Amino acid sequence: MTGPTLYALTGAALVGIGVFGLISARHLLRRVVAFNLIGSGLFVFLGAAGARGGAADPLPQALIITGIVVALSASALAVGLVVAHARASGRPALPEEDEEA
Amino acid sequence: MTLALDATLCGLIVAVALATVLGRGVFRAIVFFIVYGLLLSVAWVRLGAVDVALAEAAIGAGLTGVLFLAAVGKLARTGAEAEPAPGRPHLPAALACAGLTGALAWAWFALPEPERPGSDLAAALPRAGVENPVTAVLLNFRAWDTLLESIVLLAALVGLWLLARDEDWHDRLGLPQHVRPGGVMESFGRLLPPVGVLVGIYLVYIGADRPGGAFQGGTVLAAVGLVAALAGLIRTPRVTGHLWRAAMVVGPLVFLAAGVAGAALGAGFLTLPEPIAGGAIFAIEIALASSIAVTLAFLVIGPPERGHRR
Repeated sequence: MTGPTLYALTGAALVGIGVFGLISARHLLRRVVAFNLIGSGLFVFLGAAGARGGAADPLPQALIITGIVVALSASALAVGLVVAHARASGRPALPEEDEEA
Repeated sequence: MTLALDATLCGLIVAVALATVLGRGVFRAIVFFIVYGLLLSVAWVRLGAVDVALAEAAIGAGLTGVLFLAAVGKLARTGAEAEPAPGRPHLPAALACAGLTGALAWAWFALPEPERPGSDLAAALPRAGVENPVTAVLLNFRAWDTLLESIVLLAALVGLWLLARDEDWHDRLGLPQHVRPGGVMESFGRLLPPVGVLVGIYLVYIGADRPGGAFQGGTVLAAVGLVAALAGLIRTPRVTGHLWRAAMVVGPLVFLAAGVAGAALGAGFLTLPEPIAGGAIFAIEIALASSIAVTLAFLVIGPPERGHRR
C-alpha cells in the first residue's frame, strides 16, 4: 500500500466517523464538531488524490486551503446559531431530540 | 520505515477522531478535536502539502479550537451546558456510515490515474508572477474562487452579527475577559504577540515564493489579536467602528480593483497580465491578509454581548 492510498482510506474513515457523529450527537456543538470532521476527511481524500505520483499537485492544495477557511466561517456562524438557540430555549439540543429522550 | 510512520499517524488520526465523536463530555470532545487538527497538519506535511499544513494548524486546529472552547463558555453562561443524555446506540447509523466509508474507499481504487505532471500548470507558472504554485493558483489562475471566498467570510460575519440582540448592538464584540494579574494567560498575552506578529507578516511576505500566504499569515495575525483580547490586554472593538469595517472590506476591494485592471489592460476580468502580475499579487496578498485577519478574529470572538463595562 502506498502513502496516498493510506491517507485516502484515512480520509474515507474520517468522513464515516463524522457522519456518525452528526447523526448520533444530541448536543448541537458536538454536531458542529462532527461536521468539521466530515469536511477535513474530504480534504484529506482530495489531498491524497493530488499527491499520487510524486509531488503534491498545487491545484487541490489551493482548493483545500479555500475550503478550510470557508469551513471555519461556516462553523463560526453555526456556533453563533447554537448559542442563540441555547439562549432562547435554555437547551443546547433540538426540541425534537428532547421529546425522544 | 516511512510507511510505518504514515500508518502510525493515520491510526492516531482515526483514533482521535473516534474519541472526538464517541467520548463523553463536550469539552473533552473539543480538546480531542484540537489534537486531531494538529495531527492532521502533520499528515499534510507527509503528503507534501506544506501550505495546507500551515492552514490546517492555524485555522483547523487553532482558530476552530478557540471558537469551540469559547462556545462552551458561552453555553455555560446561558445555563444550557448540561449535555443531553446520550441516546441509544445507533446501530443502523453506524452501519450506514461504515457503508459510506466503504463506498469512498471503493471510489479511490476506481479513480483513474492522473496524467503526470500537470503539464498546463507547469507551462503557465512562469507567467504567474510568483514562484509558489499554490499562491499562483489561489491569486491568479483561480482568482474567482479566492475572491468569492473572501466575500463568503464577510457574509458569514454579517450573518453572525445579525444574531446579536438589539440591546447589545452597541456593546463591544464578544464577552469581556477576566484574567488573573500576573497569571499564565496574561504573561502569554505579553510574550506571544510580538513573535506572532513577526511570524504572521513573514508568512504573508514569503507566500509569493515559499509555503505561506495571505490565509496562513492572516490567520496568525488574527490569533495574535485573539490572544491579546483573551489576556485582557486590548478591548475588542464595536460593530460600529468604521476603521475596522474598512479593514474588513479592503481585501475584496483591492482584489476587485486588480481584476478590473486586468480587464482594462485587455487580459479580461481577474486575469492578471504578466507585466503587472507580480506587483498585483503582492498588493492583493497584503490587503487580503489584513481583511482575513480582522474578519477571522471577529468571527471567532462572536457577536457583541452585554457584560462590558461602559
